Amino acid sequence: MASDLHDMGVAQLAAKLRDKEISAVEIAQHFLARMKAHASLGAFLATDETATLAQARAADARIGAGESTPLLGVPIAHKDIFATTDFPTTAGSKMLAGYRSPFDSTVTAKFADTGMVCLGKLNCDEFAMGSSNENSAFGAVRNPWDAQRIPGGSSGGSAAAVAARLTPAATGTDTGGSIRQPASFCGITGIKPTYGRASRYGMVAFASSLDQGGPMARSAEDCALLLSAMCGPDLYRDSTSLDVPAEDFSGQLNQGVAGLRIGIPKEFFGEGLAPDVRAAVDITLSQFEALGATLVPISLPRTELSIPVYYIIAPAEASSNLSRFDGVKFGHRAKDFTDLADMYKKTRAEGFGDEVKRRIMIGAYVLSHGYYDAYYLQAQKIRRMIADDFQQAFTQCDVIAGPVAPTVAWKLGEKSDDPVANYLADIFTLPASLAGLPGMSLPCGFGEGGMPVGLQLIGNYLQEGKLLNAAHQFQLNSDFHTRKPGGLA
Amino acid sequence: MALTSSDIDRIANLARLQLQAAESARMLTQINGFFDIVEQMRAVDTTGIEPLAHPVMAVRDAVLSAQAGELRLRADIASEPNQREANQRSAPSVERGLFLVPKVIE
Repeated sequence: MASDLHDMGVAQLAAKLRDKEISAVEIAQHFLARMKAHASLGAFLATDETATLAQARAADARIGAGESTPLLGVPIAHKDIFATTDFPTTAGSKMLAGYRSPFDSTVTAKFADTGMVCLGKLNCDEFAMGSSNENSAFGAVRNPWDAQRIPGGSSGGSAAAVAARLTPAATGTDTGGSIRQPASFCGITGIKPTYGRASRYGMVAFASSLDQGGPMARSAEDCALLLSAMCGPDLYRDSTSLDVPAEDFSGQLNQGVAGLRIGIPKEFFGEGLAPDVRAAVDITLSQFEALGATLVPISLPRTELSIPVYYIIAPAEASSNLSRFDGVKFGHRAKDFTDLADMYKKTRAEGFGDEVKRRIMIGAYVLSHGYYDAYYLQAQKIRRMIADDFQQAFTQCDVIAGPVAPTVAWKLGEKSDDPVANYLADIFTLPASLAGLPGMSLPCGFGEGGMPVGLQLIGNYLQEGKLLNAAHQFQLNSDFHTRKPGGLA
Repeated sequence: MALTSSDIDRIANLARLQLQAAESARMLTQINGFFDIVEQMRAVDTTGIEPLAHPVMAVRDAVLSAQAGELRLRADIASEPNQREANQRSAPSVERGLFLVPKVIE
């Protein structure tokens, strides 16, 4: 039995714990051993067996005392962008190597309060800037389906760890697709909720008007359990937290999809979409039709514009957010310098990687005198038009479906010298991010090289339940979410 | 409109980033490559469009009451305990509870 423990999802493990068939300590030990055996994937940046087992023992004590909350004793690992007191927090940057946060993020604290056991911190692109996880200062993550390929990014460690069954659940954050794209590339399920649903308190800031945390797991059923625990107002800690009550998403999974109107944006199926991805997505959409859903042709006319708009707005916000890394209050400080300005410049030159520097430069430029209106303000205006396009589309459909990314996961190093090529590959995830809409990825087939393909579902604001239900209904009728990477022991 | 190497130097100074010569040259090429894809954005007619600085506004307009989507201000009351030691634990240089920086005023 212990041999297939890691194949169990959150809901299954929770049930076994509730029935006292197994203890939280046994589960934690099993995953800790598995993490060690698969350390070559590079998914984890920090582990601490003592801390993990102490949390597992505490969960067992709560179970022993008769407590039975849905996630009690189930393991989770957190993207290393969430501040935690029990593990280091680096955001994948040399700037924060070894940094210990004096406080916990709201999201990780919520999971700890439910009794989830933290297995460690997961690798990611530096400050969540990237689509391949190759921008981590602590090394790339390998895709469990093919170790020569990237896992996607920026939540690449999260996706790889869940796909390789090193953890049943992980947190991710999504600024322009950083949950959905790695979920797609690693064949798992992930959801970015509506902007403002999950607290950003204690999430190392990249682009504050876009950053949003969400869960990554193998099934929509598991994501629903995790998202229910993760969301809810955090009115005193996060001024952008939505004042809407937490929801039980698990209770919204059994509604069938008969009559569901699925909008198909023609701009998501243009010539840039690889034929293998298109084939998997098309078959999935016809399966939704077979389940009773209706496909409705729609248009999101500014899909392509979302690339420059996003890559103006996100770097602008990043250049502002990352000004806090000055070598004074925390993080790296250069050893040799002549004066204060020199200390700042050398500290930041040494602490930040190439992609982060590029984005700071772009951001500082588009915010500078004489360029603000032409770039930043113009981008914000088109951002409004993109959000309006979605509202127009949602008058014709209940959810929107399409590919997550134009291709399957590419080879390590293939695009690492070409930042613009990476930006272009974000085309299908950026529009929903700019609008602040919920979006998810669910495994829907395989493409070139046997690599997983994800279907993206986008919902209107606060419609996460509708997305998770549609995904769950598909997963009741398919087994892509249960497939495991071949060759992985 | 292409950036020049003096633009790169100016922005790097604004951003407090020291760039090596080779790094500056690479940055120039890459940033100009990026601004090629930005051109299409500049051609869009946005007359009369209100900028969307933040999605909370869009969520409010679409589904929430105006009040629920307002950016909030909380009462100006100290709610956090003193965390000086915890907060300074990761500081590069601290003395007697103060952050140390290079001399600024002679």
